[in-house]
Amino acid sequence: MTLRIRGLSAGYPARPVLDGLDLDVARGELVVLLGPNGCGKTTLLRAITGVLPARAAAIILDGQDLAAMKPRRLARRVATVAQASALPERFTAFECVLMGRTPHLSLFQSEGSRDVAAVRAAMERTGCWDLRDRLADELSGGERQRVVIARALAQEPRLLLLDEPTSHLDLQHQVETFRLVLDLCRDQDLAALAVVHDVTLAATFADRVALMSGGRILACGPPAQVLREDLLRDVYGVAVRILAHPVTGRPIAVPETVHLAAPDIAWLERIADPDAVLEDSPGREPHPAVPLPDVAQPPPAVRLPVQANKGVPR
Amino acid sequence: MQLAPARTVRIAAAPGRAPLVLTWRRMLPSYALAAGLTCLVALVAIGWGTVRISPLTTLAILLDHLPLVSTGEHAPTYDAIVWQVRAPRVILAGMVGATLAFSGAAYQGVFRNPLAEPYLLGVAAGASVGATLIIVSPLFITAGLLSPLPPAAFAGALIAVGLAYMLARTGPVVPATSLILAGVAVSSVGTSVVTYLMLEYNTRTLAILNWILGGFNTASWTDAGIALPYMLVAIVVILPYARILNVMQLDEDQARQLGVDTERTKLIILGAASLATAAAVAVSGLIGFVGLVVPHGVRMMYGPDYRRVLPLSAFFGASFLIIADLIARTIDPTFEVPIGVITALVGAPFFLFLLRRQQRYGGARI
Repeated sequence: MTLRIRGLSAGYPARPVLDGLDLDVARGELVVLLGPNGCGKTTLLRAITGVLPARAAAIILDGQDLAAMKPRRLARRVATVAQASALPERFTAFECVLMGRTPHLSLFQSEGSRDVAAVRAAMERTGCWDLRDRLADELSGGERQRVVIARALAQEPRLLLLDEPTSHLDLQHQVETFRLVLDLCRDQDLAALAVVHDVTLAATFADRVALMSGGRILACGPPAQVLREDLLRDVYGVAVRILAHPVTGRPIAVPETVHLAAPDIAWLERIADPDAVLEDSPGREPHPAVPLPDVAQPPPAVRLPVQANKGVPR
Repeated sequence: MQLAPARTVRIAAAPGRAPLVLTWRRMLPSYALAAGLTCLVALVAIGWGTVRISPLTTLAILLDHLPLVSTGEHAPTYDAIVWQVRAPRVILAGMVGATLAFSGAAYQGVFRNPLAEPYLLGVAAGASVGATLIIVSPLFITAGLLSPLPPAAFAGALIAVGLAYMLARTGPVVPATSLILAGVAVSSVGTSVVTYLMLEYNTRTLAILNWILGGFNTASWTDAGIALPYMLVAIVVILPYARILNVMQLDEDQARQLGVDTERTKLIILGAASLATAAAVAVSGLIGFVGLVVPHGVRMMYGPDYRRVLPLSAFFGASFLIIADLIARTIDPTFEVPIGVITALVGAPFFLFLLRRQQRYGGARI
């Protein structure tokens, strides 16, 4: 076992977020934290790195207590990839990855050939060695995230924490990022703990999924066991259907479709018409609550007006 | 025959070759160049004035004052002009310029804010209050060796910064934004106190204004001796943090996750920079623009790495203020222009020139 968390309570002075949380992450394993906004996923990551002081906890990594470690020592063991990490202006990608060597250098040391070798290995491993002379602030979102992952690797950590690493990336980069993280777990024997919002993405790549709610972990296990319709509805408060991936058989979560009721179609068509006099409309809510349709008999599909947004008063 | 189009090309590393890492040793040539330039500027400035003395003669006279060195006989008037009048003035201007620019670079690095400058946390306002209180009090002695003005200004500056730091503190952390706001608040209080005292003691208004505008016309070796230790302490303490300041250009969370103790780093760098700035202000008054513009100029010319920005800011800040002081004392023989007027008048257009040049080259390093 690599990471072992027991009885972790943490939060902000006015609002405790985590309440006696237990979690284990093994070496070579990718564990994904799922849960609604505000359930404490990011707080958990911040408590592990010590950015947010934990109140009562045992956070043990390879037999050593992380909470008692100085920041520099901890950064040699734990690396974080945040969502859309900002990179400083006018530094090259190489220099940004080189910053990952910070915890290995004392105040009076400069980077040496060992550090350059580690940076090169990390950048080649993440496929961004060709970007080394580019300015970091001119990189695309996907390129930047690879640079940030390379920087995390350059720390030579044993535990990789990822906080919504793909939330600003397109589908291709989402898949590539997680493929990369999973490969890193396997061949560098890293333990990885990732916060993800996309349930399907989590199910596709995670070895185990930890479903969080209200500062606790409700269920933790292989995606197929944890991602159940009843559990997800309880946690997220919406009706969700679980399908099976046609190739891998892993779970796919889709929200139950919400169809528009007939009066709303009329309203949409009306505002789509640039000549419509909107003052004439009866004072109705722009986004009416729509009752969920009877699932057994889905209503007929309706063709939405293409220019539905045109003419909406701003 | 066709000539290749002339244009600047960034030299990319050969495929597979790693880019060079900036280490202190690799940057020594640029430091040596900047140091040499600063010495040359100082030499010319010492020789320049109503009595012109050639740089070589100036150098000979200066060397003659070093222990164990003799460069022959020199005219006593020249010796007095160089050693008693101009050398302390030019050297003090250089030291103050170096301190302000160096501290400005450090402040900008800690706050990740291009508008940060060494007066941000209330150094200027605090020093003004200290100096003004002395000027309006019966203690006021016009000038001289035992003038209580520098210590009072120094104490006022440190009290103001300490106050801003304590006001911004929330538990174990001092958020950068709170620190800036606390500095602004402390500065406003200081400014209003000075304004009140100026109006209340209207016979001393001119003396207060004179101090605030700053300058080096009363510079002595004593002033230089007062400021030197603080300047050296700041440089020795802050320079090792240059690499950490690069990492601090990431947001604070990322820097912390890379093992940087951000709170301690902030406290050490701001403390040392404020101490040196307070000493510089105490001996020269408030001279604006140096701490803001010089680090930006260095960054635009040499890139963002603080291992370059910090030392080169010190050298170029020294040259800049020596030249500004030279202009201030020579442009009109009957009247000395306040140096702050010169720094703004020369600094702002130069800054705009650099800014436009940088935009034209698409932000590339020059």
